[in-house]
Amino acid sequence: MNIKKLIKEASAEWSDLLNGPVPAFLVGNATCGRSAGAGDIIEKLKTEISSGEHKCRVLEVGCIGMCFLEPIVSVYRPGYPLIVYGKVEEKDVVKMIEAFLNKGEIITENIIGVVGPNEQINLPDLFSIPIMKPQKRLVLNNCGIIDPTNLNHYIANKGYTGLQEALQRSSQDVIERLKESGLRGRGGAGFPTWRKWQFCKDQDNDTKYLICNADEGDPGAFMNRSLLEGDPHSLIEGMVIAGYAIGASMGYIYCRAEYPLALERLRLAISQAEEKNLLGNDIMGSGINFKLKVKEGAGAFVCGEETALIASIEGERGMPRPRPPFPAISGLWKNPTIINNVESLVSVARILQNEPGWFSKYGTKESKGTKTFALVGKVKNTGLIEVPMGTTLREIIYDIGGGVDDGKQLKAVQTGGPSGGCVPASMIDIPVDYESLAEAGTIMGSGGLVVMDEDNCMVDVAKFFIDFAHKESCGECAPCRLGTKQMLAILEDIVAGKGTMEDLDLLEDLGKGIMKGSLCGLGQTAPNPVLTTLRYFGDEYIEHIQNKRCPAKVCRDLKYYEILEDKCTGCHICFKACPVAAISGNPKDLHKIDQELCIKCGMCLDKCPVKFSAIEVYPGNKVMED
Amino acid sequence: MERSEILKQFGNDDENLINILHALQNNNSQNYLEKDDLKAAANHLNITYSHIYGVVTYYTMFSLKPRGKNIIRICNSPVCDMEKSSDIITKIKKILSIGVGEISKDKRFSLELSECLGQCDIAPGMMINEDVYGNLHNADLASIFEKYK
Ligand SMILES: Cc1cc2nc3c(=O)[nH]c(=O)nc-3n(C[C@H](O)[C@H](O)[C@H](O)COP(=O)(O)O)c2cc1C
Ligand code: FES
Repeated sequence: MNIKKLIKEASAEWSDLLNGPVPAFLVGNATCGRSAGAGDIIEKLKTEISSGEHKCRVLEVGCIGMCFLEPIVSVYRPGYPLIVYGKVEEKDVVKMIEAFLNKGEIITENIIGVVGPNEQINLPDLFSIPIMKPQKRLVLNNCGIIDPTNLNHYIANKGYTGLQEALQRSSQDVIERLKESGLRGRGGAGFPTWRKWQFCKDQDNDTKYLICNADEGDPGAFMNRSLLEGDPHSLIEGMVIAGYAIGASMGYIYCRAEYPLALERLRLAISQAEEKNLLGNDIMGSGINFKLKVKEGAGAFVCGEETALIASIEGERGMPRPRPPFPAISGLWKNPTIINNVESLVSVARILQNEPGWFSKYGTKESKGTKTFALVGKVKNTGLIEVPMGTTLREIIYDIGGGVDDGKQLKAVQTGGPSGGCVPASMIDIPVDYESLAEAGTIMGSGGLVVMDEDNCMVDVAKFFIDFAHKESCGECAPCRLGTKQMLAILEDIVAGKGTMEDLDLLEDLGKGIMKGSLCGLGQTAPNPVLTTLRYFGDEYIEHIQNKRCPAKVCRDLKYYEILEDKCTGCHICFKACPVAAISGNPKDLHKIDQELCIKCGMCLDKCPVKFSAIEVYPGNKVMED
Repeated sequence: MERSEILKQFGNDDENLINILHALQNNNSQNYLEKDDLKAAANHLNITYSHIYGVVTYYTMFSLKPRGKNIIRICNSPVCDMEKSSDIITKIKKILSIGVGEISKDKRFSLELSECLGQCDIAPGMMINEDVYGNLHNADLASIFEKYK
C-alpha cells in the first residue's frame, strides 16, 4: 500500500477525533492507570454513555507521565482543546458528561492542563505547567495522547514517515543521519549508535540480526515499559529503519515476561504493521524485507546484558559470553547482530521523522537529545519524565518532581540501578549527561532515578544493591559470584553492629577487584553502589561501625525504641501490640520496653495513638552500649 | 489444552524454547513444568532433556514443583521497600497463612518475592498472574484475593 494513502486515511480519522462532531474521552490505561482504577472509569463511562442521549467515544491511551495523578481522563469536544483531568473518580465521570457534554460547561476541578488552542477558555497549557515545562517530549510525545492500539493514530502523528524517509536513502545515508544526530545508546553504556551500526553494516555476511533489548530489569526503572505500552509502533518503525541501515532482515524484541500489557500491545502492533506492509516482505514496495518476532524473558536480570540475551534467545541458559568478539561482529548464531535499547530505537524513528539538526539541537556537546527517566522514591510527583540531556538533578527533583515528600530533607539520588551509584544532595547541581554522571562515580544507566531522603540509610541501600547483584549473578565467573557474596557478608556485619574499620578498606579493595575481574557488565559495575556510598557517605558507615548507630534509624540492630515518660498515659495499647511481650506496665501506669527482649519490629510505634505519640525511635543500641 | 496442541503453535527451532516453556507452564493448572512437559519440549525441538532441565532451573519464573493456581509476585526491590512493602508481605502471609515460596492450603495461591516489577511509580506493587496491583494498602488485600478463585 502507498504510504500517502495510509496517511490520508489516518489524518482523516485523527482530525475527526479532534474536530469531529462526536466528543471523545481518553482514559490513561497503561499499568499505572490500571492500578489506579482506570478500568472502572472506562466501565462507568461506557455505561453512562450507552444510557445517555449523547453519542460519545471512549478511547484508551498510554501513560502521559504523571503517574501520581492517575486515573487521568482527557476530553475532546468539538470547539475545545483537549482538557486533561487528574485523579478522576467514577462520580466525576458522571459530572463531566452532564456538565460538559450536555450543557457545554467546563468543570475546572482537577484540571491538569489543556492541549491545543485555547484562547476562549483560558486554562493552563498542559506543557507549560511546572511539572511539564522543563520537559521536552521527543520520545514520549505520543504517550498518553494517541490510542496505542490504533495504527492510524500513530500514522497521523508522523508515524512511519521516518521509515519512508529512510527507505528513500541509502543505508549509509541513514547511518550518517544517526551520526549527525549524536544519538548514544540509552540502555546504559551510551555507546554512539551510529558507530555500532557501522561495524555491523561493514560486515560481509548475508545474515545479520537486530535485537531490541526490552528486558528492563534495573530496580527503579520502567521507562521502556511505558513506551511499549503507550506507543508500540514507534519501536517497530525504529527497528525497521535500523534493520535497513545495518542490512538485517530479521529482528527480535526480547521483552521481560513481567510486562504482559507491553507484550500484548507489541504483538498487536506487529500484526497491524504487517497487514499494512510496513513490516514483512517488500516493505512499501521498496524491495526491503524485515520481519519481527517477540521473545519473552523468564525472570533473569542478567539477560539484559547483550551476550546473555543472545544466549537466551538461542534457547540456552542466559549466561554472558566473553567479548570480544562483540555481537556486531559475531552475535546471534554467530552472525553480526546489533542490540539496542527500546528508547534508542524509538529515538531513531523520531530522528528520521524530523529534519536533520532537530535532535542534536537538544542536549549538551557530548550527550545529544533527551533522556527519559523514571522519577520515583521520596519525591512528590512520581512518574515518567523526559528532559533534554544536561538538565540538572535539581531541576528534575524540585521543578518537575515537586521536591521531597512530607517536607523531608533530600539525602541522595540513586541513578543507574545496581550498576550505578548515589549522588549526594550536595551535588544535585550536576547536569545529567553521560560524562558528568560518570565523573560523580555513577552512570546514566537506563533511566531510573530513585530519590532518597533523611530516612534512608545509605549502608542499607548499598547492601540491598549488592544483595541484588549477588542473587542475580549467573555464577559463571568467580569474582562476581564470590566477590559480591563476600561484600554482602561484610555489609551484613556492619548493619548488625559487628563491623570493623578494616572492613571499609576491604570493601573498597574487593569492589575494585570485582570490577576488574568480572566477565560481564553485571560484575564489572556491581560494586558501584557500595563504592559511591563509601565515597560520599563514609561518615554514615563509620557511625555504624564505631558508635553502633544507624543515623537514619533503619538498621534494626542499631536503633532502639523508648516510651516517653511525659507522654505515656498507660493506655496499654502497646502492651497488647508487642508480639514478644517486651513491654511491661499496668493500665494507667507508665509502660517500659525491655531492650533485651525487644525485636524492634515497630509495632508499638505504629499502634501508639497519635494523640499520645509516646514512643520514639533513637539511633544506637542500648544492649551493646551496656 | 493437550501438550501436542500447544507445541504445534511453535516451530522446531531452539529459539522457541523459552516461549514453549511459558506456554506449557501457563497451561498447567498447578503452574509448574512436569517431567512430561520437559520431555515433550525436548522431543519437539530435538534437543536433550538435560539441556532443557538446565534452562528451566536457570530462570526464576519456571518451577519444577507444583504451585498454587494463582501466583502472587510481590516486589521486594528498594522503591517498594521504601513504601513499606515489607508490611504488605507480612499482611499477605497472615491473610493466606503462607510463607514465601509456599502454597496456600486451598491451593489457590503461591507467594513469591520478586525483584523490581517495573511498577515503581505505583509502589508498593505486586502482580497476581498477569494482573498488576499498585499503591497497595493492607486493607485492600483481602478483597483483591477474593477475585481469584
Ligand atoms: C547486567 C546487565 C543488565 C542490562 N540490562 C539492560 C536492559 O534491561 N536494557 C537495556 O537496554 N540494556 C541493558 N544492559 C545493557 C546492554 O548490555 C546493552 O549495552 C544495551 O542493550 C545496548 O543498547 P544501546 O546501545 O541502545 O544502549 C544491561 C547490561 C548489563 C551488564
Ligand atoms: S521497586 Fe517495586 S516495582 Fe520497582
